[in-house]
Amino acid sequence: MWNKRLIAAFTSGLLAVSLAACGSSSLAAAAAAATAAADSATTAADAGAAGVSGSVTASGSSALLPLVKAAADAYMSVNADVSVTVNGGGSGTGLKQVADGSVDIGDSDVFAEEKLDADVAKTLTDHEVAVITMAPVTSKSLGVTNLTTQQLTDIFTAKITNWKEVGGPDKDIVLVTRPSSSGTRALFQKWALGGASEADNKALETDDSGTLMQTIKDNDGAIGYVALSYLVNNTDVQAVSIDGVAPTLENTYSGAYKVWGFEHMYTKGDGSAAAQGFIQYITGDAFSAKMEGMGYGVAAKMSSAAVSSHK
Amino acid sequence: MSTWNPTSQEKKQAGREMFRKEYFWRNLVTVCGILIIALTLSIGVFLLYKGSGTFYKYGHTVWEFLFSSDWNPTDGPSQSGGAVGSAIYIWGSLITCGLALLIALPFSIAAALYMTEISPKAGTRLFQPATEIFLGIPSVVYGWVGLTVLVPFIRSIFHARMGGFSVLAAGIVLAVMIFPTITTISADAIRSVPDAYRKAAYGLGSTRWQVILHVVLPAALPGIMTGVILGLSRAFGEALAVAMVIGKTRAFPDSILSPTSNLTSAIAADMGNTAEGGEYNLALWTMALLLFLMSMLFIMLIHKVSGRKGKDHEA
Repeated sequence: MWNKRLIAAFTSGLLAVSLAACGSSSLAAAAAAATAAADSATTAADAGAAGVSGSVTASGSSALLPLVKAAADAYMSVNADVSVTVNGGGSGTGLKQVADGSVDIGDSDVFAEEKLDADVAKTLTDHEVAVITMAPVTSKSLGVTNLTTQQLTDIFTAKITNWKEVGGPDKDIVLVTRPSSSGTRALFQKWALGGASEADNKALETDDSGTLMQTIKDNDGAIGYVALSYLVNNTDVQAVSIDGVAPTLENTYSGAYKVWGFEHMYTKGDGSAAAQGFIQYITGDAFSAKMEGMGYGVAAKMSSAAVSSHK
Repeated sequence: MSTWNPTSQEKKQAGREMFRKEYFWRNLVTVCGILIIALTLSIGVFLLYKGSGTFYKYGHTVWEFLFSSDWNPTDGPSQSGGAVGSAIYIWGSLITCGLALLIALPFSIAAALYMTEISPKAGTRLFQPATEIFLGIPSVVYGWVGLTVLVPFIRSIFHARMGGFSVLAAGIVLAVMIFPTITTISADAIRSVPDAYRKAAYGLGSTRWQVILHVVLPAALPGIMTGVILGLSRAFGEALAVAMVIGKTRAFPDSILSPTSNLTSAIAADMGNTAEGGEYNLALWTMALLLFLMSMLFIMLIHKVSGRKGKDHEA
């Protein structure tokens, strides 16, 4: 008798895996990879547990992911009754999943209105939990520590192709960018390049900031951009000032440094009690020191001058 | 039946027994089979539904998608008017797979011949298991080794302009990945060539090389072709390893040392970030549909090739 049950369980498990692979649009694309099916099965299981009180699921922005993970660990250590599960997947995925109820919190680099239909975006509540600052980075050996906005724009649009034109050594510039749908890239393009589009046909593209850092480190003459959180304790690459203003949290708070954006956590309506508790914790005073230590800005510390400059 | 008059209790018992022995298991197996077919079909239908959106919802032509290199789709819930020319990605996929095949094929056939014709003992004991272990290595490992060893190597040897990320790197990584597939299937095909063929050829005074070149290889060709197609379809669908070494520059490569992009890495890089149902998102689905259609084509080719093989053996 038991093996009948076992096989039934196995069959239903198989069904769950296959349905999950079908249902999650972003993962279905990668359905060829067995790992994707396994991942989505986990996600589905997590989402299923969301109904139980005291559990929170979040997915979305990979730029925000390290912070949310750290916050989840810290929150669970102070509140043992709540379990928080965090996944990446990209801002678009996070917004879609929170809108259709698969997760409690959707992490996003951009406003929901940019990725969802207006009437769907209206059902979500925005929580600006952190500030992310982007810095241009180059290989250490170049000795370039400051660029003007104009020089930066010319470099990323491939008008300038050699470092000697901006006071560096006689070396070809190797552009390293992020995918055109990336939130990090959108932010950098808007505030550092004055909206100019990057020269995709002359740039290496990296899926994530970790790979980007590695590429910058390995290639003399490379330039790219990462969030400040990747530059904590960094000695491999050179962060570059823009128009003489260093990319630091202090300069972001004061409004002197322009290349930053709010990181959003969206809930459906007001969200569950547990989700609200988690968001309150992440924006609260207890966590703010840890947040700054990880290289993220605390949203409450933004000066009104800084906030109004981005309106 | 007519002489045996069971009580209703006995009938129930017998019925249950019958059910357990026959129908339950038979139906379970049937359901599992149908489930797999339904799954494949539904993935196909789903991809067709999503992927055709580029054409009917946003009004792009198939011609533009396949042959234009102007890629600038809009990414928003209600925007349109971008360009979805994917020729660079399609060409990138084709050229890396072609290069991989060019590199892997001579090694694969030589290895298959070695472990079947030249040294069958070492072949089955040592070579075959080693090749099969190759098959099980996850693609991220290939990609990682490619990124940390191959890319710097190409950078320092050829002084590649874009730091070693190149078609060549992707081709080599893919070649290593498809080598075991082609080798094992070719070896099986060569092994299944009837010994009588070889003996007849030797009897006519052929040297070993002549036997291999003129008898064994032609007889095993359909099997080798199956291996090549399977290898190609693996290379075509590989995302991770290629994405790590190809550079993903959105431009046609000038040479094999230039970086370019391909279908799978474009999908993997952008799928999670794009707005659901937007022009960008649907263009990526169309790429996924193209990959699906390509692998269907590969599978149909395999059926065609192995069908010919069956006929050859009858004759």
